[in-house]
Amino acid sequence: MLVHSIFFYFFSVIAIFSSLMVITSRNTVNSVFFLILDFISVGCLFIMVGAEFLGMIILIVYVGAVAVLFLFVVMMLNVAEQKQSWFIGKKSTHIPTGLIVSVLILLELLVVVGGWKYKDSIMSSSTLELSNISNTHQLGLVMYTDYILYFQMAGVILLLSMIGAILLTFRQRKGVKKQSYFNQISRNPSSSIELQEVETNKGVKIDD
Amino acid sequence: MIEIGLGHYLSLGAIIFFLGVIGIFLNRKNVIVILMSIELILLAVNINLISFSIFSGDIVGQIFTMLILTVAAAEAAIGLAIIVIYYRNKGSIRVEDIHGMKG
Repeated sequence: MLVHSIFFYFFSVIAIFSSLMVITSRNTVNSVFFLILDFISVGCLFIMVGAEFLGMIILIVYVGAVAVLFLFVVMMLNVAEQKQSWFIGKKSTHIPTGLIVSVLILLELLVVVGGWKYKDSIMSSSTLELSNISNTHQLGLVMYTDYILYFQMAGVILLLSMIGAILLTFRQRKGVKKQSYFNQISRNPSSSIELQEVETNKGVKIDD
Repeated sequence: MIEIGLGHYLSLGAIIFFLGVIGIFLNRKNVIVILMSIELILLAVNINLISFSIFSGDIVGQIFTMLILTVAAAEAAIGLAIIVIYYRNKGSIRVEDIHGMKG
């Protein structure tokens, strides 16, 4: 149990510290870095306490998709520069923060792999072990049977958000020449070919 | 102190929730940090649900955590799309500059 408490305090202190840095840091890019660190800490905490599937999902969805989306938008909108950067002088460099965050993430991953390997000797309490089948198996047994409607609704919500995001950011540019397949296919000879009598020494005027 | 129980996890969730709410009010820079604070709040809710699910031996809490995760991802995508088109129209996403609805 001592090891469990050491792990808990390690991850939770890092999570609280990084969420504090998310809301107070001057640079928005640094905020996103600390948000990633926060997600990874909480994901490690979930893996440690026995919800392995959700810990991994948090690592994949939050860190891999949501936080990277935030990073994309921050860098695309050019709002990252603030008056002062809180590391070195006026040089607005993200390298120190990135290094700190990535070293902490490496440390956490090492700790959580070690803790998960010796899980049985660490966590002796019986409440943490629900039964002898794995967490993912349990989740699937309940989610695809009793909660199938909620699962489908979650899928519909994701589809709606995808359609909404594409529709909101879609922009029709003026003056771009594009191939129109429908117009190409729907032509017929009577509307596109015309026979003309060419008079001598006059020629034909094509475009009106 | 040594024995980690449900209370420790709930305290962690409460602290992160508190920090997220403080972040919404404290923030005067741009709207993206407010969205990140909302993500922090949802993460705190997830911590609560998962710790209750583990310590009471009921798997349903983890299913609701997955649903919350879905809604959080959808909300982030839509919110960031709105921010992108707002920036494209107005050229700024500072919190003081956003007063189009005279709120």
